Amino acid sequence: MKKLILALTMAASFAVAGAAHAQEKLKVGFIYIGPPGDFGWTYQHDQGRKELEKALGDKVETTFLENVPEGADAERSIERLARAGNKLIFTTSFGYMDATVKVAQKFPDVKFEHATGYKTADNVAVYNSRFYEGRYVQGVIAAKLSKTGVAGYIGSFPIPEVVQGINSFMLGAQSVNPDFKIKVIWANSWFDPAKEADAAKALVDQGVDIITQHTDSTAPMQVAAERKIKAFGQASDMIKFGPETQLTSIVDNWGPYYIERAKAVLDGSWKTHNVFEGMHEGLVVMAPYTNMPDDVKKLAEETQAKITSGELKPFTGPIKKQDGSEWLKAGETADDKTILGMNFYVAGVDDKLPQ
Amino acid sequence: MTMFEAILLTIATAATPLLIAALGELVVERSGVLNLGVEGMMVMGAVAGFAIAQTTGSAWLGMIAAILAGAAFSLLFGFLTLTLVTNQVATGLALTLLGLGASAMIGESFVGLPGVKMEALNIPVLTDLPYVGKFLFGQDPIFYISILLTIGVVWFLFKTRAGLTLRAVGDNHTSAHSLGVPVVRIRYLAVLFGGACAGLAGGQLSLVYVPQWVENMTAGRGWIALALVVFASWRPWRILAGAYLFGAVSIGQLHAQALGIGIPSQFMSSLPYLATIIVLVLISRNKRLTLMNTPTSLGKPFVPDR
Repeated sequence: MKKLILALTMAASFAVAGAAHAQEKLKVGFIYIGPPGDFGWTYQHDQGRKELEKALGDKVETTFLENVPEGADAERSIERLARAGNKLIFTTSFGYMDATVKVAQKFPDVKFEHATGYKTADNVAVYNSRFYEGRYVQGVIAAKLSKTGVAGYIGSFPIPEVVQGINSFMLGAQSVNPDFKIKVIWANSWFDPAKEADAAKALVDQGVDIITQHTDSTAPMQVAAERKIKAFGQASDMIKFGPETQLTSIVDNWGPYYIERAKAVLDGSWKTHNVFEGMHEGLVVMAPYTNMPDDVKKLAEETQAKITSGELKPFTGPIKKQDGSEWLKAGETADDKTILGMNFYVAGVDDKLPQ
Repeated sequence: MTMFEAILLTIATAATPLLIAALGELVVERSGVLNLGVEGMMVMGAVAGFAIAQTTGSAWLGMIAAILAGAAFSLLFGFLTLTLVTNQVATGLALTLLGLGASAMIGESFVGLPGVKMEALNIPVLTDLPYVGKFLFGQDPIFYISILLTIGVVWFLFKTRAGLTLRAVGDNHTSAHSLGVPVVRIRYLAVLFGGACAGLAGGQLSLVYVPQWVENMTAGRGWIALALVVFASWRPWRILAGAYLFGAVSIGQLHAQALGIGIPSQFMSSLPYLATIIVLVLISRNKRLTLMNTPTSLGKPFVPDR
């Protein structure tokens, strides 16, 4: 009888322990600016989420809210995820910054991770990617291949993340052809395929023969394919939309970071930080170099290798600002603070930066 | 191809879906029904068109599917508002929300696939004419359909007996009913036509404009089509003018940006909408003009035995 009771209590305690263990499953939430099917920015974050689920299996449970507009809606959505018991929440667009910080104050035991911003708190970490490193390589390729010497650049919003890209692209191009020009069109939207297509058409009509974009749909790639010019993909490998068009693409590889951070929460070692990682850490990956002669491919690979090893930093002087004033002296490199707050063009960009 | 010609072509592509969807809605409103679900029917057309074109490999079959999807979806609106006499504004809004959600679900497996593009016309000699050749003889078939549709709607509304009856129903459904006109049947047909047009406009988006499917790819174009109907004070030719004006301003601002004219891009992006608001204000100031063309029974429910 005693044995039976002992067995029962043991079984019961195991059951309780089991239940407690099940409760410890870490709930991880994601807020997306677009649909996971945009095949660009949000798609890559969602790939990262899937990698996280795969890597940690039943230790984590993930949810996401898609198409969340930046602004008041963002705050409500983030709060919804926090209330639903998510202990780690990734907010994946620049415009979620203030909303993230605000909700974080209300939920001190929830860890927040905001992508591409700059405001941190005890429970708000910031992670950002040095996309501009990839843009530099693109600039080198563009200047090598362009016959007209003009590339078209479709921007979303004039925020530092996008301005860094334009400047880095320009510097890369100037390293090959000092007279290289770029034309910039702001779509004032992250995701409007038809408008992005119109912008691409306008650029081609004005004589650019290479297009790069910092908006999230594949529409510009399709227009480039149709008009038989070359283009760079954005955020994910868009080769399917331009098999004879895509030169390369900057692929955002978020998975490893998401796994690392979820593990940190699970073992209690999570701390706030502000990281800014690029090719060296594997956050920025280049899609295969295609549709270009071997010598250009070789140069691109060399440039990529130099950036990865840290030998080449895109923002290294001498660099002049657009208005002709000096930004960096010869040999001087820009610090991360200046890069993260970049709100000016370097010399040679043929556009007035909207303020 | 000259720059002038290239810009003209881009404007036509941008204006065509607005023109088609607005023409459909014009006929619906002329019959006295207000269907705010244009965006929803359009996006259903876009997803159906893409899905069928992708599976069969034929852009034409896709386009037919788009038309059918738009019409079928509008039938739901017709049943609710005409048979069950629900509130037209609320039902239309619900149709838009439903369309956006349903299309996202249906289209999930088609995301990220390159689509089938409807080929542009190519008539030897004519297409190669300088300046106007490409615009007049080298565009995609939907462009020509949109122009024919405009002429057809003008002819139908103002030159045929059926068109007169439709307008009579829109102006005073009680009088029309007392004369023995089948008000509800006519409105059903008008709603179906509007749905078919919205579906076709959606098909143009996913098979001509940007041959791909992504969620919410209409991005508010259905609403612009709705605004165009008021903008045109319910006259088909003015819809044509309005759609091309809207297209010209939206494309023009992109070109102005690429040229590096130092006007803030945020302002430029808002220009098409600003232009629409200004014209709407000007129109509503002219009372006589508005009253003359507004269908008097617009949005009012009709129950036959009343």
